[in-house]
Amino acid sequence: MSVAAPATAARVLRQLRRDPRTVALLLIVPCVLVALLKYLFVDEPAVFDRIGGPLLGLFPFIAMFVVTSITMLRERTTGTLERLMTLPLSRFDLVAGYGVAFALAAAVQATLVSLVAFLLLGLDVAGPPWLIAVLAVGNAVLGSTLGLFASAFARTEFQAVQFMPAFVLPQLLLCGLFVPREDMSRLLELVSYALPLTYAYDALERVALETSYDWRLALDIAVIVGATALALVLGAATLRRRTP
Amino acid sequence: MADGHAVEVDRLRVVRGGREALAGVSLDVRRGTVTGLLGPSGSGKSTLMRAIVGTQIVASGSVLVLGEPAGTPSLRARVAYTTQAPAVYGDLTVQENVDYFARLVRAPAAQAGEAIELVGLGDDAGRVVGSLSGGQRSRVSLATALVGRPEVLVLDEPTVGLDPVLRRDLWQAFARLAGEGVSLLVSSHVMDEAERCDQLLLLRDGRLLARGTPGEILARTGAEGMDDAFLRLIGPGDAA
Repeated sequence: MSVAAPATAARVLRQLRRDPRTVALLLIVPCVLVALLKYLFVDEPAVFDRIGGPLLGLFPFIAMFVVTSITMLRERTTGTLERLMTLPLSRFDLVAGYGVAFALAAAVQATLVSLVAFLLLGLDVAGPPWLIAVLAVGNAVLGSTLGLFASAFARTEFQAVQFMPAFVLPQLLLCGLFVPREDMSRLLELVSYALPLTYAYDALERVALETSYDWRLALDIAVIVGATALALVLGAATLRRRTP
Repeated sequence: MADGHAVEVDRLRVVRGGREALAGVSLDVRRGTVTGLLGPSGSGKSTLMRAIVGTQIVASGSVLVLGEPAGTPSLRARVAYTTQAPAVYGDLTVQENVDYFARLVRAPAAQAGEAIELVGLGDDAGRVVGSLSGGQRSRVSLATALVGRPEVLVLDEPTVGLDPVLRRDLWQAFARLAGEGVSLLVSSHVMDEAERCDQLLLLRDGRLLARGTPGEILARTGAEGMDDAFLRLIGPGDAA
């Protein structure tokens, strides 16, 4: 990683800071949603404890997917990407700069929503709350790199926004949050194995429900890291120096 | 390659969107000069510039920049380019934009301020680019290309939308850079800017129509001004 990656991360964060409304939405919306969940299950605190932890860890994934894909799409449509591709900047540096910037943004988001959930709303998980927060940041980086990759297939911001339901919702439906995966049809269960969010949810659910962890949590984390690396490589591959 | 050439283009063909954008163009840009690339919109100026900076997929022919094939990684720090639409970040200030590009080309931080002064935006350095006028934005874009002291500057219509005073100042700056040894290729569809160039390349329909100094082209066509010279080069009956 050269100086270009931190320079890019700083630039992306500076751009984000210039848009206080987006920052406010990124920080406040997940907190409001967790609060909503709390009062939705006000008579069933066990349900809140069971799904609150995993959901808290998935919000940053969704938010960062959208923010990254739109930011990268802007880079493509305003011509700044073409300009950057003529500079001594490796494609990996650019993608890594994005990854670092949104990981930092996600860390702030995950910390805030964790504080609200655990301290204000009394969320109770079996495992350590900090582990939920760490997984949330990891998922945000995964979402960010997937968003970067997805942005290559959008020509307009409308399309990029539609990639959220297209890329994210099926993963959310199949990850085990709504229906346990072992209760799904065999086909859907097999599909769920191929989706990175399945492992993200599985890890969060383990921390929410269990107090000791074995290789299965390590496997989940390894898949999340591997999927992030793969999305990063694929995302970098979609950046073309020469175009028609 | 000839030592005197910053850019050498040989029988370059480019096909864009199913039509031939450049139909076998051969030309060169001499070192330490301002070369004007003129022609109506759609004549292939931007495509030629993209080929020179190595972002254009070409069908055939060769483009050498500083003796190396266009797009070679080692050229990226030596060649700078501004696109026709200013490619800058609207949500950053002038200073932040130029600083970012300076860091990418590993230029000393002080060069960002110098570049901003050179394009006449010293008083607006702290303003967010999105709040600037179109002409100001294209000058920010120009400043981002000047940092890092490139040896070759490829500028796609850098003076569009600027008032006459600013245009004069910028052309003077281009001449000064050329005097320091920088090779500039500047496109324009404003023919009166041609007279400020050392060399001219006239492009039309993807073909090189004429080349030479402004004086040579005026003498050859017997025209009064560049607009007239261009019309005469197109030929009678084809001017419409």
